[in-house]
Amino acid sequence: MSTVAHEHDHHHAPTGLKRWIFSTNHKDIGTLYLIFSLMMFFIGGAMAMIIRAELFQPGLQFVDPQFYNSMVTVHALIMIFGAVMPAGVGLANWMIPLMIGAPDMALPRMNNMSFWILPFGFALLISTLFMNGGGPAGGWTMYPPLVLQLGDAFPFLIFTVHILGVSSIMGAINIIATVFNMRAPGMTLMKMPLFVWTWVITAFLLIASLPVLAGAVTMLLTDKYFGTSFFNAAGGGDPVLFQHIFWFFGHPEVYILALPAFGIVSTIIPTFARKPLFGYASMVYATASIAILSFFVWAHHMFTVGMPIKGELFFMYATMLIAVPTGVKVFNWMATMWKGAMTFEAPMLFSIAFVILFTIGGFSGLMLGITPVDFQYHDTYFVVAHFHYVLLTGAVFSLMAAAYYWLPKWTGYMYDEKLAKIHFWLSTIAANVLFFPQHFLGLAGMPRRIPDYNIVFADFNMISSIGGFAYGISQLLFVYIVIKCALGGKKAKAQAWEGAKGLEWTVPSPAPFHTFETPPKLTKSMLEN
Amino acid sequence: MAAKDIYYVPEGSKWPIFGSFALFVLFIGGALLFNGNANANVVLYIGIALVAYMFVGWFNDVIGESRAGKYSEQVDVSFRMGMGWFIFSEVMFFAAFFGALYYARMFSIPWLGGLGSGTATHEFLWSAFEAAWPLSVTPDPTNYDQPKDVVPAFGVPAINTLILLTSGVTVTFAHWALKNSKRTSLNLWLAATVLLGFVFVYFQAEEYIHAYNDLNLKLSSGIYGSTFYLLTGFHGFHVTMGAIMLLVILLRTMRGHFSKKDHFAFEAVAWYWHFVDVVWLGLFIFVYWI
Repeated sequence: MSTVAHEHDHHHAPTGLKRWIFSTNHKDIGTLYLIFSLMMFFIGGAMAMIIRAELFQPGLQFVDPQFYNSMVTVHALIMIFGAVMPAGVGLANWMIPLMIGAPDMALPRMNNMSFWILPFGFALLISTLFMNGGGPAGGWTMYPPLVLQLGDAFPFLIFTVHILGVSSIMGAINIIATVFNMRAPGMTLMKMPLFVWTWVITAFLLIASLPVLAGAVTMLLTDKYFGTSFFNAAGGGDPVLFQHIFWFFGHPEVYILALPAFGIVSTIIPTFARKPLFGYASMVYATASIAILSFFVWAHHMFTVGMPIKGELFFMYATMLIAVPTGVKVFNWMATMWKGAMTFEAPMLFSIAFVILFTIGGFSGLMLGITPVDFQYHDTYFVVAHFHYVLLTGAVFSLMAAAYYWLPKWTGYMYDEKLAKIHFWLSTIAANVLFFPQHFLGLAGMPRRIPDYNIVFADFNMISSIGGFAYGISQLLFVYIVIKCALGGKKAKAQAWEGAKGLEWTVPSPAPFHTFETPPKLTKSMLEN
Repeated sequence: MAAKDIYYVPEGSKWPIFGSFALFVLFIGGALLFNGNANANVVLYIGIALVAYMFVGWFNDVIGESRAGKYSEQVDVSFRMGMGWFIFSEVMFFAAFFGALYYARMFSIPWLGGLGSGTATHEFLWSAFEAAWPLSVTPDPTNYDQPKDVVPAFGVPAINTLILLTSGVTVTFAHWALKNSKRTSLNLWLAATVLLGFVFVYFQAEEYIHAYNDLNLKLSSGIYGSTFYLLTGFHGFHVTMGAIMLLVILLRTMRGHFSKKDHFAFEAVAWYWHFVDVVWLGLFIFVYWI
């Protein structure tokens, strides 16, 4: 077969700019994703700093309310679609082929396109901030009729969503094809590392939910420019219909952000507890259950919109059900650590913080899921506190853990452990100073998405802002640690962590440009989870 | 040699980043058009041309590599999974619009008509409104084009149903012919499928003109017109795309491409064709018939 001769052309790595822009290499594309997501993390973070500066004191301080609202909106869009999702896809790109013994992703060119769409997509989004009528300011949920009042930015916002959706769907298809078609012989489904499992389930969520969002924003577009009345009661439609379609996408999206985090933590905790993951099979089933249930709970985001009581009850009970598989996961992580020979390197610290703080976010989520209680909490800072606990101290902490865990494999050097621990403690303390007081603000009735507030909320807001600035500054330390690690340091062994299991630790550090060009022969010990 | 012994990783390609840029230009052109920018058309046409060029160039490379025998069985399976899940994502795109249709029919219109918890809504907003489907009088009758009549199911739509179902059969005959290496028969059945596809699009266009001019059914006719045109419009767009894809496959079979074993591109397009067929059945039942 002519493939044989062809294979030999590939042993040299392409160089220069072409290496990156024409890449079909999963490691290079993974690196691009990760660097891009870190840049977006800082752009979105700068917007968060503007928000917290404005809220430092009551009254209007720095920015006008319209701009404040666009900061809130674009911060969310950038953090969700630009920072957390691409970081997850970047990790998937880097690690899934290494973990399952594949030479690359199944569809490498499509892989490249799903990355390169992102910079163009975010160029569209960020350009809206400089347009007539300002950037999108109606919240990332884009509810009509408010979002229809947006100026020139409106079609750009809609097309940003479309183009980013194209990118994510292509990425998801690629992950599914890779996992189901490219595993090394012997790597059966129930032997796969949990990170691979969580990602393949996430990919199903992406393919099933993002086209629905594309449909929803298309209806917004035709409502504004073609006179349709999907979301206009005067023509027989209903603005609430948008909320239903949006959250049919939106709730699975929450798990698109969270499930890879579960996979990361399920990889790191066994390594540093030096024990196999407790309840591997139950973890797989719990992940799948969460994913399936996520399609039946969307209306818990809209309890106060005026639904029939039967709807409120259905969505409340369905939401409560999700706590069961999530609880299985949390107990499994604790049981994995139970009587383990634990050490506390930075990835482990971030993972343990994840388990504790994500669970706090989970519990506040349960409170919000109880319909009558939600009538009080809805659209208050309690909601803001809730989703930042699950997304920042949840998803982002797991990404930090993953970065520290796999940096030795990526760069070939160990990162500076002392600085990483400082980064961990600064982040953890600052994030809690930042978000914990927001629970109290919300319970006391402070509404979201408003640049000014009653003077009674002043103290907690000032504390929260101080935490915010501290968190923002301490992330610069992370960048310094990553650059320092990329430039040199203590050489990393192939098996960088004593207790680490999995195929990625059988290849040298840094991982060579091509790995597993022929399928690896898997031994029993390689397949332990 | 067993396909799994050697993996195939394709060479770098300029098409992905070119395609990303093409989409970027296309969407900027579209957005400028909506904003009433004077130069929007130029940008839009450049964008369309770039996207078209990307498709032609990328598929040209892939066809060339496939003809050169570079693709192993494993690559074939990856392509199959890719196409299958792509079609699933399309199904979910249509699901959003079907969801809007069901929501309007089951909830928003009955509530606006005063049913269930909608009593107060009905009284205070448009108390003269009567719930009905198809909705020919909108709740606020003043700002909408009120349709004179509905599009009957058992006219052109029923004929179109027959056409699409027939084309599903002809494409299967073409597939059988391909598997039995009957190349003439393959070309004829495939040509028949392409023809039926374009006839469907032609009838659909005629029906649009009739509905728009004679029935006064427009996008601005309230939720009935909105769901009618968006659902049938996106479907019609997909049929057009599918027919173009079939045409490309026909040009390839006429040049002698594909063998009885190795013809994934043919199958992918056939899958796509069956997908637009099934969506049409949903449309025929829920948009036109009941």
